[in-house]
Amino acid sequence: MADTPNTPSAAPRRRMEVPQGLWIRCVGCGAMIYRRILEEELHVCPECDHHYRVDARTRIRQLNDPDTFEEFLPNLESTNPLEFTDRMPYPERLAETKRQSGEPEAIVVGKGFIKGRPVIMGVMNPAFIMGSMGSVVGEKVTAAGERAAADGLPFIMVTCSGGARMMEGMVSLVQMAKTSAAIKKLNDAGGLYVVVMTDPTTAGVAASFAFLGDITLAEPGALIGFAGPRVIANTIKATLPEGFQRAEFMLERGYIDRIVHRRDLRSELARIIDYCNQ
Amino acid sequence: MSNATGSRYLLEFEKPIAKMEQEIDRLSATQANSGRDSSELIAKIRSQLTEELTRTYANLTPWETVLVARHPQRPLLRDYIRLICRDFCELHGDKLFGDDRALICGFARIAGQRVMLVGHHKGRETREKIEANFGCAHPEGYRKALQKMRLAAKFGVPIVCLIDTPGAYPGVGAEERGIAAAIATNLMELSALPTPIIACVIGEGGSGGALGIGVADEVAVMQYAYYSVISPEGCAAILWKSAEHAARAANALRLTGRDLLKLKLIDTIIDEPLGGAHRDVAAAARNVETWIGTKLRDLKRHKTDALLARRYDRLRNLGSFFTETAAPAEPEPAAPSPAPRPSAKRGRQGAKAGRAAS
Repeated sequence: MADTPNTPSAAPRRRMEVPQGLWIRCVGCGAMIYRRILEEELHVCPECDHHYRVDARTRIRQLNDPDTFEEFLPNLESTNPLEFTDRMPYPERLAETKRQSGEPEAIVVGKGFIKGRPVIMGVMNPAFIMGSMGSVVGEKVTAAGERAAADGLPFIMVTCSGGARMMEGMVSLVQMAKTSAAIKKLNDAGGLYVVVMTDPTTAGVAASFAFLGDITLAEPGALIGFAGPRVIANTIKATLPEGFQRAEFMLERGYIDRIVHRRDLRSELARIIDYCNQ
Repeated sequence: MSNATGSRYLLEFEKPIAKMEQEIDRLSATQANSGRDSSELIAKIRSQLTEELTRTYANLTPWETVLVARHPQRPLLRDYIRLICRDFCELHGDKLFGDDRALICGFARIAGQRVMLVGHHKGRETREKIEANFGCAHPEGYRKALQKMRLAAKFGVPIVCLIDTPGAYPGVGAEERGIAAAIATNLMELSALPTPIIACVIGEGGSGGALGIGVADEVAVMQYAYYSVISPEGCAAILWKSAEHAARAANALRLTGRDLLKLKLIDTIIDEPLGGAHRDVAAAARNVETWIGTKLRDLKRHKTDALLARRYDRLRNLGSFFTETAAPAEPEPAAPSPAPRPSAKRGRQGAKAGRAAS
């Protein structure tokens, strides 16, 4: 119980990205897959449909019409409000993560087009401190939501996050309130907000802008929940049921509208936008 | 609770203080029995005690603050209900699933004003603690709170939230019933609920479980309460791979009222009596009551539209600690974007940055 779950810890350790090499052994089924095939299949195993995590840029390419995405606020950086240091000072960790991921932060927001339909889109980046939300992520989500409301465009949010970012402490917790307030504004302005939950969507991100969609889609097998499975197992001192907190489980419990295979995501989003007349 | 030391639970750093208190008690008893006058000595020890309390409590480490916030004799929601609420009228149930005893709601009169009181309750005795699930609410608690807060808004009753939870309950049932969705919905709805809302952390402000009733026009933290994104133990277990580093984590997390005020994440620190709320519950309650009375009177002056605009601005600017660097750190790996970018200068003023983007 002491281990309150709003931080990246909540995420299970699963393979972050597709492993290097020409041939890949699928973590889902063990089949050997040719790398180029996997990429053609949008990083979904052709044998077992295991959905691999993808970085934000890849996802943006997969969802948007070619070369239409225009990024907002690409250069925001945290100012390290807590002067946080664990095994290394937070600014060093940020710099290192930036180097490794090639991304400035845990989310990319901007304007794009899905089959010709203009949208505001946010895509979270699992490779950046587990997609965790600090003040930059909070600001980008909020600004994108406000932009969607001002321009009368649908807001598509692809979540992938372990939760709030511990290294920004309470500054990251309040981003939950800030982003939720922005979604409320968008909602009151009549804007459409569609969330696509991908693996994982947990803790402080799940308990704020991720679970506020007009429509909530999820990728198959995505981990979705508040507390991380290990935290729960430690609290209740028992093993968790098979499939607990997976997208299918959440669908059954009534918290997800549709589970959508990655190859169908673009057309499903276009269809929803059309139905909502946006 | 007076200075009776008999059964009091002692924190490590309180032990020298307790020794003096025991000495005063012993001398007083001897004086009463034997008639020998020790008043001079007692007065001397008393002044030493005050000095020691002042010194100790002025220099509490963040970890010691966490320990005071969790002190077994610290006043709980039920003490505040007893001491500052007139005519408390509890309203049970979320009308969906059940009645969570970790989150208590009801009409009350505080400082002469009608309010909807919403607060976490931890329980004091074992049975009560179990009933209250140690202050760890389930989704039905957050849904009950929202239902009662909507009721309050409908009838123009301001809302007072008293926060005291280690966190929302991390269990199977909580997940099955959508704890994340319940908290998210509260955050969204509270951001625009048309009635004044004030929130005070009276003990533990544990993460999303605290924030779930913590979106407000005014936020206070009591002097020896804490408010954190994760428990120090949880943080230590992740970053230093051992819960034993909790003190270090408490320091790093900036979870005391003083730090949070500096970061502009809260508005007020409510003073506690010398030596913490558990040494004088009535005085602690009076300070909370005064804060509630003052803040509600101030907020009631705003028209609803102005109140909600003020609340949005407040939320919009919370925790805006970023700068805009001149250029991307790395060359763009994909998706060329020659399109114009918002060029306004950005800094800590998030609101301006956001609107420039709009």
